[in-house]
Parts: sequence; structure tokens; C-alpha cells
Amino acid sequence: MGTIKGRVWKFGDDISTDLIIAGKYKFKTIDFDELAKHAMEGADSEFALKVSEGDIIVAGKNFGCGSSREQAPIVLKRVGVSAIMAKSFARIFYRNSFNVGLPLIECPEAVDKIKAGQTVEISLSGGSVMAGGETFSFKPIPAFLMKILKDGGLVEHYKKKGSFPWETGKRNSPKKG
Amino acid sequence: MGFTLAEKIIHGKIGRVPSLGEIVVLPIDAAMAQDGTAPLLIKSFEEMGAKSVWDRKKAFFVIDHISPSSNEGTSALHKMMRIFAKKHGIAIYDVGEGICHQLLPEKGYVFPGGVVVGADSHTCTHGAFAAFSTGIGSTEMAAVFASGKLWFKVPETFKINITGRLKPNVMSKDAILYAIGKVGADGATYMAVEFAGDTVRAMSMDSRITMTNMAVEMGAKTGLIASDNVTKGFLEGRITVPFIELSADADAYYSDVLEIEAERLEPMLSCPHAVDNVKPVSDLEGKNVDQVFIGSCTNGRLEDLRVAAKILKNKKTKARTIVMPASKEVLIDAIREGIIEELVKAGCAVGVPGCGPCVGGHHGVPSPGETVVSTTNRNFKGRMGCADADIYLASPITAACAALNGKITVPPEA
Ligand code: SF4
Repeated sequence: MGTIKGRVWKFGDDISTDLIIAGKYKFKTIDFDELAKHAMEGADSEFALKVSEGDIIVAGKNFGCGSSREQAPIVLKRVGVSAIMAKSFARIFYRNSFNVGLPLIECPEAVDKIKAGQTVEISLSGGSVMAGGETFSFKPIPAFLMKILKDGGLVEHYKKKGSFPWETGKRNSPKKG
Repeated sequence: MGFTLAEKIIHGKIGRVPSLGEIVVLPIDAAMAQDGTAPLLIKSFEEMGAKSVWDRKKAFFVIDHISPSSNEGTSALHKMMRIFAKKHGIAIYDVGEGICHQLLPEKGYVFPGGVVVGADSHTCTHGAFAAFSTGIGSTEMAAVFASGKLWFKVPETFKINITGRLKPNVMSKDAILYAIGKVGADGATYMAVEFAGDTVRAMSMDSRITMTNMAVEMGAKTGLIASDNVTKGFLEGRITVPFIELSADADAYYSDVLEIEAERLEPMLSCPHAVDNVKPVSDLEGKNVDQVFIGSCTNGRLEDLRVAAKILKNKKTKARTIVMPASKEVLIDAIREGIIEELVKAGCAVGVPGCGPCVGGHHGVPSPGETVVSTTNRNFKGRMGCADADIYLASPITAACAALNGKITVPPEA
């Protein structure tokens, strides 16, 4: 897993899964081309139109709070978001994102400094973010979540390995949960 | 140093003392998905190439969120759930049975010391029965359906200690809203929240469930309450494993403690558009109310309907009022007690057991500019299906008073 480079979209604190993909859409279909049209609609009604492949979301604390809907990280990934950086994440959203192959990093210092439209570079394995000539570091992503990410999500990982990473996970000592 | 409830349950499962922050793999005693999360679970399960559900007795589906279905798209997803359930021989609680979090304890899936996962964020509810119970996403649930196991980080515990007597116009909902206001929406992220103290011990199961249900609104992984005779009274005749009393040790280590004096609590409101934006009802007294909703996994149980009926009996509501019992069992009990008749006569629209307007997926959607007082657990912008409606979360007593007067009213103390 190398580096991720992209243009920044900024959001505030407590971006809930209702804002990311509203209940009124997600109960009707699991066609993600359809659902992705409404990605982030509650926070920015034109986000799905304006966002491009590789862009990065930078947000405040408690990103992804609310319901357990995995549709939330999936629609963000589907519209091209390559990573989300926030001050903190709600825990179900955190697990869901890695399970669908969307990397998240917690880096409060960087969030405060980074501006919308700026280009940032994230080194996942190195645990660092470069933005506007400054470098910030974050707690590295646990090894077994990196494995899931590398395979493109939990489904792909299982298809490849025939087991779940935590079933054989004695070799790893993941820290986050 | 003793152990918290979360540590005790995990200890019981892994057979050794867990350390804080450690990742453990736990066997699952019950696993559930609802109509908002099951379709994606089925998709992931099939894409993984998983063949069968690890234990047909421990996994089940509930159709409660958009129930009955309001459109073709949802109907197709419901059908997908029915086909999967039949194929794999798991239980499915279909339209009219009730809300997943009410059915899980009613049908005997949860017991003290058990580990429960649900593809729904409010699965933290079942910690009210001294079980380790938490919400997960669809793909992880597919993994659980396939393997019967999942990883967890051993959580730190935030203790909320409530002592003394609640005033007659104050319910457990007011206590939990007050606590969320103090702790904040992310104040207990990744943690377990343990509710303790003599006030909690004196509460009915219905009241306790209201508090653990909302633990996730502080970011918590689960809400926990020790099991005792009250727990036993509810579970007897429902569970097939022996009941055990489980409580934290007196010298357990807590990362944080919030002390609440019950006598000092007033009726509370969680104001738009954040659950932790909590104010006393008296601050908003007189505000016009368009719609009231009494129901949900937070406050749709018999006790809740009973207090609402007591206030509305032989009176007429001034705000549009929707009541949805949390389950068929609750509905039947409420019919037997005459509660339903009193509510209907007072002008309430009583609906099919299920989530109803809580999640804004099918009905009871307010119009722009309207004010709603609701006994549910979330008031995020757009939660009930309209981004320009204001949702205030309240206890059933406060909600019934708002229904009666058509405006926010401090419930009388007697
Ligand atoms: S009643 Fe509301 S909070 Fe509870 S499960 Fe249903 S939608 Fe979720």
C-alpha cells in the first residue's frame, strides 16, 4: 500500500451516516451506481457531481457517527474518494471502511492546518501526511486492517485467503478497534 | 484490582484475563440483521462464496425499518431476505413482528454473559442484560454468519453512576439524555458504558433498555447493566441457557466516571440537530409542536405506552401524534390493558409494530419547518426524512404532554 495523493474536500465535526447517505435512499436499493449519486448529499448537495477520482475527505471529529450502514463508506469509495482523514471516527464507520477497502486515518493536527482544495499526500504504511510543505504523523494502521485494505476489502480478502484475518491473526497485534 | 462488566464477560469467553486494548476473537451467541443492512450482508456472504450459516439457531433477520414496505425497491430487498432465510434455515421476523432490538430479548437470544452482534448501531441495547452486545456493518456480519466469530478490542469502561430517586415526571430517558449532554456525542468512543447505582437497580427492564440503547450516542461500543432479579424476571421462560447474575467488582478500574444525582434531574430535551445538544424542557416551554412520535427501540415498550396513555386518557391531542409499539408482544399487552383504546380515542394514530417514523424511510415524514417531539434516539438533520424539520428527543411523558398541549410543556411533577 503506497501513497495516496489527492485534492481535499473539507467537512466539519459529527458528519453522520444520515448526511453521507440518507435512509430514504438506502432502504430502496443496493445498486451503488444509484446510491452514489446521493453521496454526502446531506452535507453538500453537489458533492457527488463535483468530486473526482482520488479526492480525499478531511473532516473534524466523530466522522461517520450514527447508523451502522456500510452503504456510507461504499458510496464515498464509489464516487472516487481515496481516503478520509479526520480528528476521530465513529467506531462502526471505522470498521466498515476498512472492510470495504477505504482507508481512514486519524490525524487531528493535520486536519486543523489543511484547507479545502489543497493537495495532500498520505503514506499509509509510513504513517505520515504531507500537506503544504508540512509533514504530520499519525498512529500507523493496525497490520491486519492493512491486510484487508491491500486485498481490497474483507470480501476480497476472504475470497483470496479462504479465512478471515482475525482467525489466523496471532501473528498480528492490531491496536485499533 | 477487580473487573468491569465488559472485562468479566470477555474473561468468561476466552478463559483468561483480558488486558485493556487487546484484540480478542469471541464466539458469537446471537447475530442479527435488519432490512437496512441484511441485503448487503447477503450480497457480501454470497460474494465471499460462503456456503452456510454457522449456527441456524443463533442468526436471524428482522424486517422492521421499512415495514410494511412502501415501494417496489424495498419490497425486492425484503424478498431477498426471505429467500436467504428460507435457504439457510434461519428465523426471519417479518412485517408486524416488531423492532429488532425489542425482538432480540423477547425471543430469548440474549442472556447475561453472552456476546451479541447486530448489523444495527443500536445493538448496544442488549448490554441491559449484562451481555457484550455491539453494532457492526453488513460485511462483518456476513463474516460472522459464515464463521460465528469476530474480533473486538477489549474496551475501557466509562461508568455512569446514578443514585437516589427520580422525580415522578422524570424517566430513565431523561437520565440518559442528561448523561449524553455531559459526556458528548463522542465522549465514550470505543468504550463500554456501564450504568450502575441504586437508581438503575430500582428501574424496570423497560427503563434500563432505554439507557443502554442510547450508549452509542456517546460513541460507545456497548452499554452495560449488571444482571439481577429484574433481569431474571424478564428472561425467565425466554432463554434456554441458565441465568447468571453478573456484576462488576467493587474495585474495578474505570477510565472515567459520571455521577448523577437522580433527585436533581429534570425532564430533558435533546435539541436539533445533535443528540448531545441537551437542555431542560423548561428552557423550551411553549414552543409549538406539529408532530409527536411515541415509539422506537428507545421508548416503544409497554411502560412507555402506559405513561403516555395515562396522560392522554379522556383528553384530545392538539399535535398530530403517531404511536408505534416496539413489538407484537407489546401491542398485545397494550391492547389487553386498554392502553391502545385510550390512545386511539385521544386522537393518536397507532401503527404497525416497527421502526416507523424514526428513520425517515417510509412514513410519518414531517414537512419543512415543522417541529417534532419524538421518543427516539437520534435527531440528526434529515433523520426523519426531512432535512428542514426540527426534531426534539424526549421521554414518553414529555412527548405525551407535547401531544396534549400542542406545544412543549414541562410535565407536571405529580
Ligand atoms: S427504532 Fe429507530 S433507532 Fe431503533 S432500530 Fe429502528 S430505526 Fe433504528
